[in-house]
Formats: sequence, structure tokens, C-alpha cells
Amino acid sequence: MIRIQQADFNIQDELDKFRQDCPKIGAICSFTGLVREFGDRTDLTGMFLEHYPGMTEKALQKIIDQAYERWPIEQVSVIHRVGELNLSDQIVFVGVSSAHREASFAACEFIMDYLKIDAPFWKKERTTSDENWVEEKSTDQQRAARWKDS
Amino acid sequence: MKILFFASLRERLNCDQEEWTGTSDITSPQDIINRLIERGAPWDAALKSGKLLVSINQEMAHLSSDVNADDEVAFFPPVTGG
Repeated sequence: MIRIQQADFNIQDELDKFRQDCPKIGAICSFTGLVREFGDRTDLTGMFLEHYPGMTEKALQKIIDQAYERWPIEQVSVIHRVGELNLSDQIVFVGVSSAHREASFAACEFIMDYLKIDAPFWKKERTTSDENWVEEKSTDQQRAARWKDS
Repeated sequence: MKILFFASLRERLNCDQEEWTGTSDITSPQDIINRLIERGAPWDAALKSGKLLVSINQEMAHLSSDVNADDEVAFFPPVTGG
């Protein structure tokens, strides 16, 4: 399940969905990303998130398909918010269920790592004095590259 | 051909999309960029600075990939979601 939305989401509601009609699952692993202060700056008030409608869903589905090929996982949920967000707001949710924990731990991290480098979202940070588009981080590329060796 | 721009590039160009006809001489995203750069400011500086990513029909592509008249080609800076 992939959802791109402006509205907030409730983590517990999303986790509960994994348990409905799925007695095979023994593990759910989830990640939630938040709007946070960056670097030495403490004047961040929020951010604007832009995406490429259509391509975003395709890119995320491709990442999810790769996770299904690599691990014995049952269900995957990815929710990404767009539009104006405030400090400490939830931005992204990735949830994965599986019979055993190893698969859902790994797949959750894999999906998040590739979302960071392959899904067409862009953040523009807003401070009390200006607005700046966020630059890509080389560490994000390195994190995703680790999966190619494993 | 539909040409799209996103994020910082969209702002620098003050343009989010264009529809082009008469694209028989365009065979790659690089050809599109070359034609845009000929317009001068702000196109030349914006398209020559920094890392530029390209997609064709909503799939990641390269500047040398093949494009056709009815394709949707998008240009954007590196992604920063999550």
C-alpha cells in the first residue's frame, strides 16, 4: 500500500491494519521520519515537500517489489506526506510485516534507504529568516549502496 | 512532447512544464537541454549548474537515453525525501 498525502497519519492505526486477517505474521517493523532541526541551526520552523505525482508511486512500487524479491515479507505500507509541514511533524512511515523479525527489520531499512535516493521528493526547509532547498547527502547514497553487496 | 521541471530547478526557471511540438530533431534529453540553454538566462545557468537528474515517462533515465515525440521528460535536482 502506497499513500502520498498532505494529511497526518496515525502510526497505531497503520500497525493495526497489518494484523487484520493475517494470522501468519509474527512481526511488524516500522520506521517514522520526522521534521527536525538541522546542523547548527535552531531556527527551523518547518518545510515544504514537493513530489512528482505519478512517478513517485511508480518509484516506490519498484522499491517495494525489490524488497519482496529479497525477503519473505507479507505486507508493506509506505506513507509519505507532501505540502507544508511543521517542526516535529511526521513526514514518512514505512511498515513491513513478516512471519519472523529478520525479514521485516531488513526490508524496512532497505525500503527507507532506497526511498531516500530513488523516490522523487524534494524538501525545502523554512527558517524564521529564509527558505532553502535541501541538498542531497552523500551518506544517503552510501547507505543504499550497502545493499548491493549483501 | 511534455517537459517538466521540479523543485529548485522549477523555481529558478519559473516554469513547471511546457508542451513541445516539432520535436523531430530531438532524440535525447540532452537535445532538450541544448535547445533550452539557447534561450539564455535563466535557462543556461540553471541547466548548467549542479547535478541534474532526468526521467522519461516517469522512469529514471540518462541524458543520452532515447526520447520520442509523445514522451514525458522531466528534469530535477537530486531527490531529498524521507
